[in-house]
Amino acid sequence: MKKIEAIIKPFRLDEVKQALTAVGVSGMTVSEVKGFGRQKGHTELYRGAEYTVDFLPKVKIEVLLPEELLSSAVDAILESAQTGKIGDGKIFVTTVDEVIRIRTNERGDEAIR
Amino acid sequence: MAQINSGDTAWILTCSALVLMMTIPGLFLFYGGLVRSKNVLGTIMQSLVVVGLISIMWVLWGYTLAFGPDVGGLIGNLDWFALNGVGAEPNPDLVAGVPHLAFMVFQMMFAIITPALITGAFAERAKFSTFIVFVLLWSTFIYAPLCHWVWGGGWMGAMGALDFAGGTVVHISSGISALAAAMVYGARRGYGRDAMMPHNLPFSVIGASLLWVGWFGFNAGSALAADGLAAVAFVTTNTAAAAAALAWMFTEWATGGKPTLLGAATGAVAGLVSITPAAGFVSPVSAIFIGVGGGVLCYAACNLKARLGYDDSLDVVGVHGVGGIWGALATGLFASTLVNSGGADGLFFGNPGQLWIQFVGVAATMVFAFVGTLVILGILNATMGLRLTDDEEQMGLDLSQHEERGYTW
Repeated sequence: MKKIEAIIKPFRLDEVKQALTAVGVSGMTVSEVKGFGRQKGHTELYRGAEYTVDFLPKVKIEVLLPEELLSSAVDAILESAQTGKIGDGKIFVTTVDEVIRIRTNERGDEAIR
Repeated sequence: MAQINSGDTAWILTCSALVLMMTIPGLFLFYGGLVRSKNVLGTIMQSLVVVGLISIMWVLWGYTLAFGPDVGGLIGNLDWFALNGVGAEPNPDLVAGVPHLAFMVFQMMFAIITPALITGAFAERAKFSTFIVFVLLWSTFIYAPLCHWVWGGGWMGAMGALDFAGGTVVHISSGISALAAAMVYGARRGYGRDAMMPHNLPFSVIGASLLWVGWFGFNAGSALAADGLAAVAFVTTNTAAAAAALAWMFTEWATGGKPTLLGAATGAVAGLVSITPAAGFVSPVSAIFIGVGGGVLCYAACNLKARLGYDDSLDVVGVHGVGGIWGALATGLFASTLVNSGGADGLFFGNPGQLWIQFVGVAATMVFAFVGTLVILGILNATMGLRLTDDEEQMGLDLSQHEERGYTW
């Protein structure tokens, strides 16, 4: 089993969710996060006082999926999250040792279907 | 019983409620939104507790010091202590046709908002217990005498200084005291290094809007009658606020920034401050000039603050101090007896002497408020301590001073 963690622009979330469900992903966890990469921050001005905001708001999506779904899911994210402008985010893929559905004790691929 | 004018009385009582609304919730929303979320309750609490303290203080000894029988042009005596002799009967020396108690409570609301305005200068770092003592001392030794000088039969009113609704008494006094307070309190931890952004601008703009509405009570109510002069003050007030909101917005836009909501709202407040001393003495067209001047000058002052490095956290000096000074001087420029035969002509209407009188009033108010506030805060700093400890400041007013928090997520 694999885990995809994708950091994306917040306003692309709906497109990414639709693209992932379209390729057969049946669940995901989404969190609002902050961070910076090459995009860096921006400045805000309040009555002449300028502040640099380093951490920009992003959305992190976590998806667990069987290995055979991985490449189509990654493609779906790339297609739906890409704007071509700096700050589009990153995709991380890791291997997951075990998944257990708490309600039924099902394990492995059974637990994420 | 002397004749009571029901129209005037209804207007004064209504305006008293409008002026209270400027402090709660107007000012506390304006200020509460500008601080960081860990200080929102403590900031609101300061305004609320001023309402409590000054309501009692004014009844017991504040009103008699400000408006009681004159002692040497400087202060009222204690004949009206605890409102002794102040009742439903009008006092024609102050205002005819309106119950003396109605005039008293109208003035109470001015006495409340003035110290509440100062709280913006030491936002996010004041020790609550000392703050309570400060408010009582400041209102007794600074506000009450000043109020007496201008409106209570004291020397400044006798000299002919024009202050329709409190440009000197309320705005210069609070603005200049705020400068003294910012200096004595010192900057917040991390000022100039950490981002100290407003945590809720919609709060602040609701607050500024309530100030705008409440200001009709403040200025038009200062006609002390439901008459033509009240209508003049109402129109000049709205006109100046509108002009200043636009002036601030276009100035920041034209000088390389974006037109900001906080800028437009702050500009409106700056315009309201500027027109306050002039409201019943100038024409609506003059009010446009006064508003534009207030918007541009206060914008420049707030921008300058960042370079001067003192931490008047919520710009009390830049808005109320600078706007108040401009308004008082502008009254000496634009006042016209065609608008109000009980007033005077200003420089632009052939009477340059009025500008000098206004200047003397401004200078005296500035010196008195600045020195008086320095002395009071100096004593309190040496005895009770003005500031939170570093840990408390980091924790925020809400948890360290009140053990509660505004937001639970």
